[in-house]
Amino acid sequence: MAQQSDVGKFINRYAIFIVLVVMIVVLSFLSPSFLTAQNLINVLITESGRGILAIGVAFTIISRGIDLSVGSIVSLTSVIAASLVQEPSYSARIFPNLPLLPPIVAVIAGLSAGTIVGITNGALIAYTAIPPFIATLGSMIIARGLALILTNAYPVPMLRPEFKIIGQGLLGPIPYVVIVFALVALIAYVILSHTRFGKNVYAIGGNVNAARTSGIKVSKNLIAIYAVSGFCASIAGILITARAASGIATLGNNYELDAIAAATIGGTSHTGGIGTVPGIIAGILILGILNNGLLLLGISPYLQQVIKGVIIVSAVVFDMRKNARQK
Amino acid sequence: MEDYILEMKGIVRTFPGVRALNGVDLQVKTGRVHGLMGENGAGKSTLMKCLVGINPPDSGEIWLRGKKVTIPNPYTALKLGIAMIYQELNPVLERSVMENIWLGREPMMRGAAGFLVDHKAMYEQTRQLLSELEIDIDPKIKVKELSVAKMQMIEIAKAISYNADIVIMDEPTSALTPNEVKHLFDMIRKLKERNVAVIYITHKMEEIFQIADEVTVLRDGNHIITEPIEKMTIDSLISAMVGRRLTEMFPKMESKIGDVKMSVRHLEVPGLLHDISFDLRKGEILGVAGLVGAGRTELMEALFGLRQRSAGEILIDGKKTDIRTPADAIKAGIGFLTEDRRLNGIIPVLSVKINTIVANLAHYTKFGVFLNHKKISKDCEEYKERLKIRTPSLEALIQNLSGGNQQKVLVARWLLTNPEILILDEPTRGIDVGAKAEIHTIITKLACEGKSIIMVSSEMPEILGMSDRILVVSRGQITAVLDRKEADQETIMRYAAAKYNNNQVA
Repeated sequence: MAQQSDVGKFINRYAIFIVLVVMIVVLSFLSPSFLTAQNLINVLITESGRGILAIGVAFTIISRGIDLSVGSIVSLTSVIAASLVQEPSYSARIFPNLPLLPPIVAVIAGLSAGTIVGITNGALIAYTAIPPFIATLGSMIIARGLALILTNAYPVPMLRPEFKIIGQGLLGPIPYVVIVFALVALIAYVILSHTRFGKNVYAIGGNVNAARTSGIKVSKNLIAIYAVSGFCASIAGILITARAASGIATLGNNYELDAIAAATIGGTSHTGGIGTVPGIIAGILILGILNNGLLLLGISPYLQQVIKGVIIVSAVVFDMRKNARQK
Repeated sequence: MEDYILEMKGIVRTFPGVRALNGVDLQVKTGRVHGLMGENGAGKSTLMKCLVGINPPDSGEIWLRGKKVTIPNPYTALKLGIAMIYQELNPVLERSVMENIWLGREPMMRGAAGFLVDHKAMYEQTRQLLSELEIDIDPKIKVKELSVAKMQMIEIAKAISYNADIVIMDEPTSALTPNEVKHLFDMIRKLKERNVAVIYITHKMEEIFQIADEVTVLRDGNHIITEPIEKMTIDSLISAMVGRRLTEMFPKMESKIGDVKMSVRHLEVPGLLHDISFDLRKGEILGVAGLVGAGRTELMEALFGLRQRSAGEILIDGKKTDIRTPADAIKAGIGFLTEDRRLNGIIPVLSVKINTIVANLAHYTKFGVFLNHKKISKDCEEYKERLKIRTPSLEALIQNLSGGNQQKVLVARWLLTNPEILILDEPTRGIDVGAKAEIHTIITKLACEGKSIIMVSSEMPEILGMSDRILVVSRGQITAVLDRKEADQETIMRYAAAKYNNNQVA
């Protein structure tokens, strides 16, 4: 009954962005090296991979699902792509007789692998009706297993420079990885807000019965949603591998949790139907700046984890209160 | 041949163990309102679910505008011009009005941008649609901001946007205020002018006589009659529905009303309830009437400690009590049968037995740990007999019982705690007429045994037929306490709407 003031509404609506700005301001005062171009670019580089992951995962969360397999997809993509672009001079190559392939082949192979895992997830969820948590838990373990089998748990080093440049190159002052992150975010924004597929994602998460009675093909859309998530994860896998200059089967360990955390902090609701790309980006930046700031302030990395956990839970509590109050 | 837009012939539909529809016919004319009546379980909703493709029929034919059709899913029904407004409305709450209306067929940009949704066009088309139907709602507002009545209007607009010429409404007025009902009826008349046929499912007699042109009655999955409404009376409708005259729907017995059992003084719940004071006597049935959302359930929750009061006191037998939690309330001798069985009452996947004793487990333990199964079975058997609970066995899962029998199990649950005061919130909602009469008998017997009963109900006949006194709640305040003799439907409705009149009704 009580009418909320306009200020209250504004704060509620933009809380996540306000938090981000406040963090930046506070850290600028606390640490002189925080607000420098190089440091901020470093934050962006570090978070680009997980940011792309978070955007993909957000599609599944908005549709009232989850994707636990994205971290493993990063690993799988990493070793597949890396194994196709090792220096021919390196004696312990995964494929010793491989001819010199253009790096694009490696990229396409990596992206395909991730997308295939995603499609499999979607098909399982759509046609067997097992919960997304279980389906993607299974594929998470399987994908990691495949990555380990392919490499025997050894790293895949000595990548060719034409491939590494994806992760290490610059356009002016801005690294390619950051540009890719920005592009993915932009495309995801357009898809979610301005295409029919985007509307379907929200409708399926908001009320699957309404979606079905409106003639939306829920199964096909679910497959597409998890394919998007897998595809995004494999983009992240390529970028991270190229930057690390090595394929590693354990590269993406726990990344799925960071991605889910970022999407959640950014206001993506696990009850489905709610979430925006700007929110997710704010979420990933908050996590990234927090990591970076705590590091600059010399706070123990173990304490950092505690702080991160508290922030994630607080974000959800706040979000639920916000949504409850609007009812 | 008459001008039937829809003919359903010999529709049969079985579910495991039940023949829900037994060769039912339905004929609906263009531009008319066709009332569909029957008790719960008569097959009304099942028949409509056959029509809109949620549960396609096992056999039988559907003819639409003179052509035979098959409808395998709701989307096909929509494309054929059949839209259903479900009782449980089905919008995507977090999205805007316009996105809900055009869900799955959004207007797209032209040319190269053809993969993008054209929000401007969507907005314009929605505005046009709504203004045509004289619905004053902002297309961009999120659906969750709307009242139930407005959500219904949006569903109707959506139906029209599909060019539906058959619109099915399943108990559309169950959550509406009288004003909103009037508005809905205006809307239905507008639909008629557009030559839309409306199939109107309800169990409310007065509505059928106000709005319907023809009426069809189903009973136990069989077609009983179809008649123009002028040929029917309330009596003939009821006897068609239940197959017998219902003389004993409200078998109220005169009980001896004793001293004041509970007094509520100046109870306050911020934003919901204001200055609530009343007395409840021994052996009395106190009916609580009011519109949906007036705060009746909230009041009961406050009495039972489910909602924190900011001021006011509750006296039981003249003594002040401090009820803060349901455990306090149970200790003070209060039992509470909640409004929504599925949500707050039954535990669907557990047995009848466990559901009966779950509020009273402490009484059935040996050494405070192990369950005394013998005693449990004895008591459950006793209440099964006493309340005439129809279940294959005490081990059957409660979800397999009919609504009426589930309700009886819940009554048994509370009686086992031996309450002096029993709060019943909508005790007969969603259960069939026969079971209703049985529940009413149980309630009046309990009052005769000296228990004090508070009965919240939205069904006027139930309030009038069962209560000794009637408390009317309007917007969180008590606007009247009426004696059985001075109460009638109009008086109650007037007091129920009292606090809404000055301000706008949502």
